[in-house]
Amino acid sequence: MEKFDAIVVGAGPSGNAASYTLAKAGLKVLQVERGEYSGSKNVQGAILYAKSLEKIIPNFREDAPLERHIVEQRLWMMDDKSHCGTHYRSDAFNEELPNRYTIIRAQFDKWFNRQVQEAGALVVCETTVTELARDASGKVIGIKTDRDDQIVYADVVIMADGVNSLVGQRSGLRKEIKPEHAALAVKEMHFLPREVLEQRFNVKDNEGVAIEALGTVTMGLMGTAFLYTNGESLSVGIGCLVSDFRDHGTSPYVMLERFKKHPSIAPLIEGSEVKEYAAHLIPEGGFNAIPKVHGDGWLIVGDSGQFVNAMHREGSNLAMETGRMAAETVIALKTEGKAPTEANLARYRKALEDSFVMKDLKKYRKLPEIVHKNRQFFTTYPELMSKAAETWFRVDGVDKLQKEKEIFRTFRNGRTLRGLIGDAVKIARAWR
Amino acid sequence: MHIVVCIKQVPDSAQIRVHPVTNTIMRQGVPTIINPYDLFSLEEALRLRDKFGGKVTVLTMGPPMADTSLRKALSMGADAAVLLSDRCFAGSDTLATSYALASAIAKITETEPVGMVFCGKQTIDGDTAQVGPGIAKRLELNQLTYVERIDAVDETARKITVERRAEGGVQVLSTSLPCLITMLEGTNVVRRGTMEDMLRAARTEIPMWSAAKAGITDTALCGLKGSPTVVKKVFAPPPRKEKAKQIDVTGKTADDIAAATLNALFAADARLEETLFRQAGH
Amino acid sequence: MTEAKPAPAAAPARGKMKVELSDHFKTYKDVWVFIELERGQVHPVSWELLGEGRKLANKLGVELAGVVMGAPGDSADAAVAGAYEYGADLVYTIQDPLLADYRNEPFARGMTDLVNTYKPEILLLGATTLGRDLAGTVATTLKTGLTADCTEMAIDDDRSMGATRPTFGGSLLCTIYTLNVRPQMATIRPRVMSMPDREAGRTGRLVVHSLGMQEDSIVTKILNYIPDASKEDAHLAYADVVVAGGMGLGKPENFKLVKELASVLGAEYGGSRPLVQKGWIESARQIGQTGKTIRPRLYIAAGISGAIQHRVGVEGADMILAINTDPNAPIFDFAHQGIVGDALTVLPALTETFRRHLAQKRAAE
Ligand SMILES: Cc1cc2nc3c(=O)[nH]c(=O)nc-3n(C[C@H](O)[C@H](O)[C@H](O)COP(=O)(O)OP(=O)(O)OC[C@H]3O[C@@H](n4cnc5c(N)ncnc54)[C@H](O)[C@@H]3O)c2cc1C
Ligand SMILES: Cc1cc2nc3c(=O)[nH]c(=O)nc-3n(C[C@H](O)[C@H](O)[C@H](O)COP(=O)(O)OP(=O)(O)OC[C@H]3O[C@@H](n4cnc5c(N)ncnc54)[C@H](O)[C@@H]3O)c2cc1C
Ligand SMILES: Nc1ncnc2c1ncn2[C@@H]1O[C@H](COP(=O)(O)O)[C@@H](O)[C@H]1O
Repeated sequence: MEKFDAIVVGAGPSGNAASYTLAKAGLKVLQVERGEYSGSKNVQGAILYAKSLEKIIPNFREDAPLERHIVEQRLWMMDDKSHCGTHYRSDAFNEELPNRYTIIRAQFDKWFNRQVQEAGALVVCETTVTELARDASGKVIGIKTDRDDQIVYADVVIMADGVNSLVGQRSGLRKEIKPEHAALAVKEMHFLPREVLEQRFNVKDNEGVAIEALGTVTMGLMGTAFLYTNGESLSVGIGCLVSDFRDHGTSPYVMLERFKKHPSIAPLIEGSEVKEYAAHLIPEGGFNAIPKVHGDGWLIVGDSGQFVNAMHREGSNLAMETGRMAAETVIALKTEGKAPTEANLARYRKALEDSFVMKDLKKYRKLPEIVHKNRQFFTTYPELMSKAAETWFRVDGVDKLQKEKEIFRTFRNGRTLRGLIGDAVKIARAWR
Repeated sequence: MHIVVCIKQVPDSAQIRVHPVTNTIMRQGVPTIINPYDLFSLEEALRLRDKFGGKVTVLTMGPPMADTSLRKALSMGADAAVLLSDRCFAGSDTLATSYALASAIAKITETEPVGMVFCGKQTIDGDTAQVGPGIAKRLELNQLTYVERIDAVDETARKITVERRAEGGVQVLSTSLPCLITMLEGTNVVRRGTMEDMLRAARTEIPMWSAAKAGITDTALCGLKGSPTVVKKVFAPPPRKEKAKQIDVTGKTADDIAAATLNALFAADARLEETLFRQAGH
Repeated sequence: MTEAKPAPAAAPARGKMKVELSDHFKTYKDVWVFIELERGQVHPVSWELLGEGRKLANKLGVELAGVVMGAPGDSADAAVAGAYEYGADLVYTIQDPLLADYRNEPFARGMTDLVNTYKPEILLLGATTLGRDLAGTVATTLKTGLTADCTEMAIDDDRSMGATRPTFGGSLLCTIYTLNVRPQMATIRPRVMSMPDREAGRTGRLVVHSLGMQEDSIVTKILNYIPDASKEDAHLAYADVVVAGGMGLGKPENFKLVKELASVLGAEYGGSRPLVQKGWIESARQIGQTGKTIRPRLYIAAGISGAIQHRVGVEGADMILAINTDPNAPIFDFAHQGIVGDALTVLPALTETFRRHLAQKRAAE
């Protein structure tokens, strides 16, 4: 079989970013995707952060299928009956080149992949890469697929095969993802007529709203829920740590149903028609979970390399960044006439460290563990906040000083003073 | 032998939804697939090619994006593809479609004589089963529809024997080539291409033929103009006025429910009991 | 699901494009029904079409004709007689030994000849394997429009025929017109139209036409005919009582509950498409858009959600009884009687109750 300069496994944001960058530079690229087409198997909320894509396709806004740009962000703490939190809405988000968009991954990925093909990469779908082919020295020399026994050769293989990365595991490049390091997210698409949607969310044209929520909706499990507005639909989902689901014995579906029935959410989705239901893992182990990302003839990018910032719900942007950086490394070596050995590919690691990708992940490296060990963030606090808000806003003839005291008391009862202070310190530290 | 297989790209009807408010179909995001009935014909054509040598060309008439279906057929092992696409084809009914396809096949024949044409039994969107017979008539090909099995092909004598499904039985027919075949569903399983096929399919340049390129001089026979039928109205099936009368089940045993059901049935239709009685008698 | 309101005509009214019929076509009149005679048997759909053709002919104030093609002999004569009895005013017939078995060439030739000579305004055929094979060729030869698989026919004030048929897998219906060419052709599925009453002894005029072909001019030869061992499907489509199961039955073993009830009722059994796909039942037992259309007196659907593709196949039933655990299942939108309950317990109870009831009645006779 023939030989390529590079083979990219997977056609999610990371694989597409890598393939596009490589093909644009004139390399002979083969991209292999297991799904029927790029995007067919992909699940995401989904928010697209423009910057990372801009670096790859500067004028993407001209024809990429973007749903709405976000002008309002709500952060909600929920208990069973209520929510409180912040809304931030600004007309400044109605800028010429908006910063964040909602997208429907199936369409967006398909578009992105078309750009990849137009850039000159060969894309083969409905084909699963089963393993990496290596030579006697262990150097990766190509791939094998589920179609036949043939090896397709390449100087370098970029693994962009997502959170499970079976190829990576099977080839011993990384370990199976730990249940504590992955969130299981479920998501539904709820269709609403455009006018109804815009009325409900108080938006016009292509303006959109993103809601992130945490609290008792996750029944004490570590996770968050979300609701995003697309053009004519809402993405509604919830995700919690796999280990928590396992220990708790609840199913994500049950949780999503609860979320949808919540009095703050139900009116927003009322009368909508549910079209798709999907479940997917999100790597949330953070910095400490990142495996070795390069070796002799191979690189790992995107979710496969655990590049997700759970705190800020960033994943697809990191996927694109890492995909681009991996590709740039390969291109640079090629121009310099250097072989993609482990030593030479170390430049990729360096590039990662110099970028916001690693810097951000490093900054929050302790966060997963802290939140993990401190469930009050998902149970007590949201309840307390709601309680406080209720006490504060209810006009019932109780004097205000009394009310303040009551709020303080509920906090004290919910969590000891030391606990409260300790939590603040923990979070502050993790944030630093 | 050179075999042409006509395939159509269709919306996956399993995923079509009617907009609850406007009652129009929502095509947005509805994936397209190769008309599933066409795959049985494609596979049969590939088997003949594997056995006798030759070449399989897939042909479709559709919008430029229909090339994805052709590419898919290539990845399943077809050798070449032709996309027939021209604005003047828009709005074609089966008569106009068979005209355009027959013209293209005639054009293909000019360079590489076509021994057989395969069509699907029917499409899942148009669902007419007429385009195949239409092409056969226009090209004067011997027509074999609803074929369950191809028993024998004799290339030199230009003869073919097939088993054709009829109501209540199977006809064993022989005819001469060139012929047009539509395969019955479930007669084979389409193959999965090899990695070579995939690479070839991804690389193949699919020629796009305009009406002129297909040798069509009279565009009045194409598209809306060439279609004697027009769709005047599209609508969702009207819901029935009243919903089903519910038999009260609260707190009842299955036997009570059954008894209540019989009463309700016989009360609603007095003659039903008689029908059942007669019926159950034998 | 939101209740779908009847659609305000969604598609642009392309009917406006209607062109005045040319004088040539104005001479076309009468409604014709192709009487499908295969191996001595008339397909019942032909009688159903005579019933429908009658209504169209009356609306147009023209005659209804049957077209009988076959080998000379008793069965052709019986088909002609049947055509009168089911309502034909006249019958065109071509009887020739070459027409003993169906083949596209001679049948298409004979049919086109008849149309060109006697000029019908409307020509209806059954949407069977034979009817579809023939209609496509005939329409292409005549360069006229053909609407396939219709479920409803109507005549507009301007005498044109509106043929309504399901499209997009049954999710939608569309009404199709043949603008400025005649005849207007349509194929109609078996069991969609109801069977008209047979008026014994009714007769009409006979127009005999000749085929004018020789065997050696027909390329396609019939080497053999292998009749199906079981003619199951014919039973299902024409059964008076049908019991069917769907995915709600849970596992293949539970399908026996359907069979048991069917057997007590002397009914035929069938199922939804997923059951066929999963191999629980044979494909001849599939009911719906891509399976059989049924028109029984009583249809019992257990654990079937009532998807549109299923619905179009059963809507003609006089009485539909649905058993489903989900009170919001779409099947309750078109069933007549509903039981919100578990099919696995309700089916055996029904079987037992019906058994007892019928036995009592038998004893009482
Ligand atoms: C519910 C949910 C909400 C999210 N919300 C956001 C958000 O709002 N914003 C954000 O930035 N991120 C979000 N993320 C994260 C984001 O989706 C991921 O970080 C991103 O998709 C990672 O891209 P990727 O290319 O690395 O992997 P994927 O997108 O998972 O792509 C991997 C691809 O590889 C293919 N593949 C896998 N194995 C093989 C194989 N063996 N052979 C061939 N192909 C293979 C797969 O089919 C897939 O197409 C969300 C994730 C989820 C699950
Ligand atoms: C092109 C096309 C053609 C098609 N043609 C056909 C066709 O000809 N015929 C056809 O049938 N389908 C057809 N389908 C499929 C159709 O869309 C539906 O998928 C199918 O009819 C669903 O079958 P079901 O009702 O058995 O299963 P489901 O939709 O899974 O429904 C099962 C039902 O059982 C109920 N249930 C569950 N447990 C129980 C219980 N214990 N007791 C009672 N009820 C229970 C559930 O509430 C549910 O309503 C076609 C689809 C396409 C795309
Ligand atoms: N636009 C088209 N392009 C290619 N083949 C077609 C097209 N339309 C119909 N066909 C072929 O004709 C068969 C019958 O189609 P239909 O008459 O629409 O049911 C299909 O299965 C295809 O093989």
